[in-house]
Amino acid sequence: MSILVYAEHDNASLKSATLNVITAAQQIGGDIHVLVAGQNCQAAATAAAAIPGVAKVLLADNAAYAHQLAENISLLVADLGKGYSHILAAATTTGKNFLPRVAALLDVGMMSDITKVISADTFERPIYAGNAIATVQTSEAIKVATVRTTGFDAAPATGGSAAVETIAEAKDAGKSSFVSEELAKSDRPELTAARIVVSGGRGMQNGDNFNTVLAPLVDKLGAAMGASRAAVDAGFVPNDLQVGQTGKIVAPELYVAVGISGAIQHLAGMKDSKVIVAINKDPEAPIATVADYFLEGDLFQVVPELTSKL
Amino acid sequence: MKALVAVKRVVDYNVKVRVKADQTGVDLTNVKMSINPFCEIAVEEAVRLKEKGVVTEIVVVSVGPAAAQEQIRSAMALGADRSILVQTDDAVGSLGVAKILKGIVDAEQPQIILLGKQAIDDDNNQTGQMLAALMGVGQGTFASEVVVEGTTMKVTREIDGGLQTVALPLPAIVTTDLRLNEPRYAALPNIMKARKKPLDTKTPADYGVDTTPKVKTLKVTPPAERKAGIKVKSVDELLDKLKNEAKVI
Ligand SMILES: Cc1cc2nc3c(=O)[nH]c(=O)nc-3n(C[C@H](O)[C@H](O)[C@H](O)COP(=O)(O)OP(=O)(O)OC[C@H]3O[C@@H](n4cnc5c(N)ncnc54)[C@H](O)[C@@H]3O)c2cc1C
Ligand SMILES: Nc1ncnc2c1ncn2[C@@H]1O[C@H](COP(=O)(O)O)[C@@H](O)[C@H]1O
Repeated sequence: MSILVYAEHDNASLKSATLNVITAAQQIGGDIHVLVAGQNCQAAATAAAAIPGVAKVLLADNAAYAHQLAENISLLVADLGKGYSHILAAATTTGKNFLPRVAALLDVGMMSDITKVISADTFERPIYAGNAIATVQTSEAIKVATVRTTGFDAAPATGGSAAVETIAEAKDAGKSSFVSEELAKSDRPELTAARIVVSGGRGMQNGDNFNTVLAPLVDKLGAAMGASRAAVDAGFVPNDLQVGQTGKIVAPELYVAVGISGAIQHLAGMKDSKVIVAINKDPEAPIATVADYFLEGDLFQVVPELTSKL
Repeated sequence: MKALVAVKRVVDYNVKVRVKADQTGVDLTNVKMSINPFCEIAVEEAVRLKEKGVVTEIVVVSVGPAAAQEQIRSAMALGADRSILVQTDDAVGSLGVAKILKGIVDAEQPQIILLGKQAIDDDNNQTGQMLAALMGVGQGTFASEVVVEGTTMKVTREIDGGLQTVALPLPAIVTTDLRLNEPRYAALPNIMKARKKPLDTKTPADYGVDTTPKVKTLKVTPPAERKAGIKVKSVDELLDKLKNEAKVI
């Protein structure tokens, strides 16, 4: 068996999600090759080559792969992937965007968001917003799956020394072009990789309160900031902070939900956190059913007090 | 130009499903079924494109049981013009649905094909991308804005790091994210009108698609339950617990 892992990166560095996918690949077992596709992404390839257990790194450095356009990346991965037993990518917006295209090009069904490897062809994945766990088995010759990073520990990042092989041929489908990007800039840890996440909901009332009331707590804890959909929809914070079934899935050591009721769709994104704290003025809020520590109170009093006592 | 919208009948998003004791799936008896919320957003977007004069006809398609007529009728009440039900009681996987949709696209030749980004039952997030690959066209997935300019479509996409805008020559695929629009409520006269709009019934075989999935569900189990936690009375008690009991700060 040999496994092709698609590296998540920003050209300059490898994203930690790749390390979680490597762990899933190791649990499946077999030779692991990592594909780094991008533009000026040599540094990311070098980082991938340092992951222990990686047998080979494939480097596809070309303008066609800048911005990770699914139309082009999928042609590349489907072409390379024919020789592998498994093709894996992280269940990020990048992986979710191109990998189903790869599966369709290879005429195989795929599995999204696997959280557990049972055997080389059998996996667990959550369905119905995590209210049920399906055990799925695939009889496809090439097994294609996105990996939910919270289901697997990160593999070590250094210690290995795989060879880097260059793929010269570029695949340009000519079906899409990049126009622009607005990337959130933050000095805080990445939401999906942070040890502590503090999220605010509709109870925050407005964006200013996120900055003046919540941010001091977030920063004192060295945490990442998250939000409920209601807070994002209301424009309090940008979309990349949304935690939930249809946002980001997080499982930090500590998750603090502030002014969040705990709708099914929100719980789907955070209920695997190790310790959950909820601060809410409504003792009946459904978040209480998953919170290890529930503090009933007005967040505008509780949060500043908590921040000052830390 | 013509728009095609794919809608799926799913358990209503407010329902907390329960796993069946025999582990064959979730219990759907007497559970409220609805149009998948993302599909509703797709229908709304098509209707807005029609109101802007970009789209002239909206065709809705669903793959599913006879009862999916309900969801198709509600899509027509929102403003779709006619519909196709590809009737089957099988649980068709995303690839199967994409192949059926490809057959419909070949017959209907739409310029814009809208789907939800994911169906909230299987949470697959695959079908639109697969259809785009089968058609060999561009895709604007997880869309929060769609602008059609002549024969090009600009789609703003919600990605993990923020927003990305891509340009796609038509025909192309859009999959909707939550913030693309807020679907309207169907007015009663429109619900009445929708009953008379055309609904064609087909089968997967009409499109030459074998729906037997190669990814099989062996069993469905409940997720690990969290132990009920405790109520703390003060910030001091919370801090004490976090430091000395949970040891996370
Ligand atoms: C298809 C679909 C997908 C969805 N995906 C997601 C998703 O990915 N993520 C997500 O989060 N949601 C998602 N939702 C939305 C979800 O159903 C809820 O609407 C949303 O999570 C509610 O956000 P909230 O808890 O911030 O707001 P609310 O439910 O309005 O709760 C606000 C809470 O704040 C408390 N509060 C108010 N003021 C104070 C105060 N001063 N002090 C303390 N507490 C206070 C209230 O008691 C209340 O519990 C989705 C919905 C659909 C239909
Ligand atoms: N059975 C179906 N009938 C019609 N459309 C579907 C069906 N299954 C999936 N889709 C479409 O594909 C989108 C994504 O679904 P999925 O890939 O299954 O998560 C849905 O929002 C629908 O637009």
